[in-house]
Amino acid sequence: MINVRYRISGGDFDTAGLATRRLKEHLAGAGVGAAVMRRAMIASYEAEMNVVIHARTGTLWARLGSEKLDLEVVDEGPGIPGVELALREGWSTASDKAREMGFGAGMGLPNIRRNSDQFGIETLLGKGTRICSTILLTRVAHRTEDAG
Amino acid sequence: MTLGSIVSTLGLEVLTPELSVNGGADVTKGHASDLLSDVLANAPSGGVLLTIQVHMSVVAVALHAGLAAVVFTQGMRPEELVRLKAVQEGLPLLATNESTFEVAGRLYALGLRGRGEPE
Repeated sequence: MINVRYRISGGDFDTAGLATRRLKEHLAGAGVGAAVMRRAMIASYEAEMNVVIHARTGTLWARLGSEKLDLEVVDEGPGIPGVELALREGWSTASDKAREMGFGAGMGLPNIRRNSDQFGIETLLGKGTRICSTILLTRVAHRTEDAG
Repeated sequence: MTLGSIVSTLGLEVLTPELSVNGGADVTKGHASDLLSDVLANAPSGGVLLTIQVHMSVVAVALHAGLAAVVFTQGMRPEELVRLKAVQEGLPLLATNESTFEVAGRLYALGLRGRGEPE
């Protein structure tokens, strides 16, 4: 139903979040419900901010079908040394600037994984990182929905 | 209670007078945090956010989390560009010189609650 790509500029905090914002408009237009939308926004925004904070450039690719939403964020950047560490709550290599803005608390990747029904990450040092998040549209219970 | 009632009861400054604080759904929940990843993941939709973060990303995160309003505490005020963005997006911005702790306590006394225990 939806197959869209958005460019993400590394280091540009002024336009950070724009790709996720556009995705939200597309998903809302497609009638995606509040619970799925919240999870999609968490996964997309965190992945987008990872590119802004760490990488040179990146792309958010979103595909919405009848049963699931696939998000894929690919960047050209430094890659992640020690992915297992990065998936732990609290582990971060973000800059002071990112931290001052309330990011870089080591919550990004764990947040994405927690809000995904399927999650994948591939990284190559000096090349970049690819994050895949699949959110099932039919799944009913999830802790994030409690927040609503 | 309505956002308007919260504003008047706590004596909050309305930074976005272009937007009405009356007429919306009742606000029953709140969240206090300066970590935007935490706000994004854990702030209850329809609630108010208490924070000292005043940059543009706060507006983006508040919108993604579906919040009713943002209250800047401890005398923090956003720049005009941030304020204008919030107006454009229909997100009321409020401010107070009181600390986050004080405001959270007063909101709790008014009946607002946090998101509840995570699973």
